[in-house]
Amino acid sequence: MPNPSAPRQNGKQLDPAVRKTNFEEVAQIFTKEEALAEANRCLHCQNARCQANCPVGVQIPAFIALVKDGKVGEALAKIMETSLLPAICGRVCPQEKHCEGNCVLKEKFGSVNIGMLERYTADTARKEGLLKAPVCAKPTGKKVVCIGSGPSSIAAAAELARAGHDVTVLEALHAFGGVLRYGIPSFRLPREVIDNEIATVKSMGVKFKTDVLVGASEKVADLLNEFDAVYIGSGAGLPTMLGIPGESSVGVYSANEFLTRVNLMQAYKFPQTDTPIRIGKHVVVLGGGNSAMDAARCAMRLGPDTVTVAYRRSAAEMPARAAEVLHAQEEGVQFDYLITPKEVLHDENGRVTGLKCTRNELGEPDAKGRRRPVEIPNSEFVLPADTIIVAIGQRPNPIIAKTTPELKTTERGVLALDEQGKTTLPGVYAGGDIIRGGATVLLAMKDGIEAARRINTYLNEGK
Amino acid sequence: MQENTILVKEPLNSAVVKFVIYKPLIARSAKAGQFVILRGREGGERVPVTLVDWDSEKGTITVIIQAIGKSTAMFNSLKQGEQFLNVAGPLGTPVEIKNYGTVAVVGGGVGIAEVYPIARALKEAGNRVIAVLGARTQELLILENEMTELCDKTVCATDDGSHGMKGMVTDAIQALHDGGEKINAGFIIGPIPMMKFTARLMDKLGITPYASLNPIMLDGTGMCGCCRVTVEGKVRFACVEGPMFPARTIDFDELIRRTSEYKPLEKESLENFQKDHVCKCGLH
Repeated sequence: MPNPSAPRQNGKQLDPAVRKTNFEEVAQIFTKEEALAEANRCLHCQNARCQANCPVGVQIPAFIALVKDGKVGEALAKIMETSLLPAICGRVCPQEKHCEGNCVLKEKFGSVNIGMLERYTADTARKEGLLKAPVCAKPTGKKVVCIGSGPSSIAAAAELARAGHDVTVLEALHAFGGVLRYGIPSFRLPREVIDNEIATVKSMGVKFKTDVLVGASEKVADLLNEFDAVYIGSGAGLPTMLGIPGESSVGVYSANEFLTRVNLMQAYKFPQTDTPIRIGKHVVVLGGGNSAMDAARCAMRLGPDTVTVAYRRSAAEMPARAAEVLHAQEEGVQFDYLITPKEVLHDENGRVTGLKCTRNELGEPDAKGRRRPVEIPNSEFVLPADTIIVAIGQRPNPIIAKTTPELKTTERGVLALDEQGKTTLPGVYAGGDIIRGGATVLLAMKDGIEAARRINTYLNEGK
Repeated sequence: MQENTILVKEPLNSAVVKFVIYKPLIARSAKAGQFVILRGREGGERVPVTLVDWDSEKGTITVIIQAIGKSTAMFNSLKQGEQFLNVAGPLGTPVEIKNYGTVAVVGGGVGIAEVYPIARALKEAGNRVIAVLGARTQELLILENEMTELCDKTVCATDDGSHGMKGMVTDAIQALHDGGEKINAGFIIGPIPMMKFTARLMDKLGITPYASLNPIMLDGTGMCGCCRVTVEGKVRFACVEGPMFPARTIDFDELIRRTSEYKPLEKESLENFQKDHVCKCGLH
């Protein structure tokens, strides 16, 4: 019998004092006992709300039932019927907003730890050699290209390969994974997990190429000569900066740059690797999203005296996942709320010496229902800082739109789609941050999967 | 033929090497003023390097690399027949090629090689092209013959007077102006102080200056925002909006400060490399 009132298993984490000195994964995989105990809490609801709220439609009650029966390989196969990147989803999906946020046990006993169960299933099945790449349909003879190798493109590529198409993924950088590789740190998503999931997609026959920047190396129009359909999942682009005086001082990083140095270029291993990074004694991270948490926690691991996240509203409005905030706090990251940065102060060599700020109070809610920060008069003060990381968002990558005049964009610079999810160019589909601006890995994957289905329909209708 | 293979390696002087690399994808779409990102090894940096030439029929691109840090020293130790690990491009916005009238193309040191394709494109667009080439000393003055052959007029300046006039490129431009040359636009590539003073002089002489900027880059594809520069008081991203910008209002001093950020670490990295490196390039 299921035992929903048993305590929710949260798994173990590396000791904060140890983990802030390394880049190893913080959350440890469930033991078998933990997994069975947690699986036994699930009520296997009919019309399960968790499943209905999963962006990629994972059959949650069914896979958990298989875990409970000790059939990890079958459980993974069940997950992979709808989602081909389970080891990634199990780690970086904001489950509290999707499945776990809708679990019927949430209020009374605490939601089932679906994220950790998914990860347990994916990691254990792989380790025990029970992972089977999905069977691909008979070759259709159609060729599809996916631009970018981030979560959206990989999800699309896997679905398209499963449908029997000949799929090629083009990546601009030297390594695959997009934001999973350059944005998300290894202590949340180990590099071998990305490598493994991509290897699975490769084993389905998908071809992967590095160093191809579509819009520069090849135009979308060139690709349409070679391929029957195109999926654009080229992701985020240039960072949004604050536009305050002194922002170009030496020691001011965008979160994109800081995270790319650390995660993609492995600057924390310098001089074994060749890309350097400089960290001061007092790091200030501006922003309150997941990138801000990633940047703050990476910064902490580079050994400064203090890392402070400065956010313009209060803790309640912060968009970052609660678990990430907690992990950051455990590692010694400080949080300072209701702050608006006004000016980056610097010495005569242009190096950052501090951040002039004002204090805010919360005013009326904005269009999204979050209370607006309102500056308190005469509240100016200086935060000590010699490294500042600006993590307030980014714009979509501009290169494809700029070099493909047939593709329409909105005033926000994202690609415009019609109701069928098509761009304004026939045969060209898009998803992820290039249509959303800035979203989560899971929404990007959802876009990729849905676009793959539309591409199937488009190709099957014959062109 | 394997992509990224070095077909020709030709040392131009003690620290500067010319590479012809097999890379058809880039060769067929490159334009004057664009660059590529090179990587030499796993764990290696992504280094932006200006395209000097390309041949769409042979599928080759040409770059000229000056060994100044570990990565460039390592590139220059690669042998003919070996491969770069990664070659990505062509990146950046091409220079706007049109008939400006009379133009000066100004190259300092390795910048001479980098400004060469721009000179060629401007010449093809019907401009009268004057090349102004500068270097510390004669040995470092590269591509003089190619420039002389291409351009309507070529003047050289060396700091020590070992070749051409003694002085800076600014002295040469002033001399051209004093001699009655009416120049409409200038395209400058070289060390940042040289670009700063050349742009300033051109502006004073009524010549519209453009300069190709070399901020630190990471991805080079419009993602990280590391390469931001200030032009007309606005933040611009050199990897996608540049690298060539109207130079009258570029904040060159900021660029100097931002490009100096990693100098001590780069020095450490180079010293480590030289200590361990069994030289096969003949440059040390």
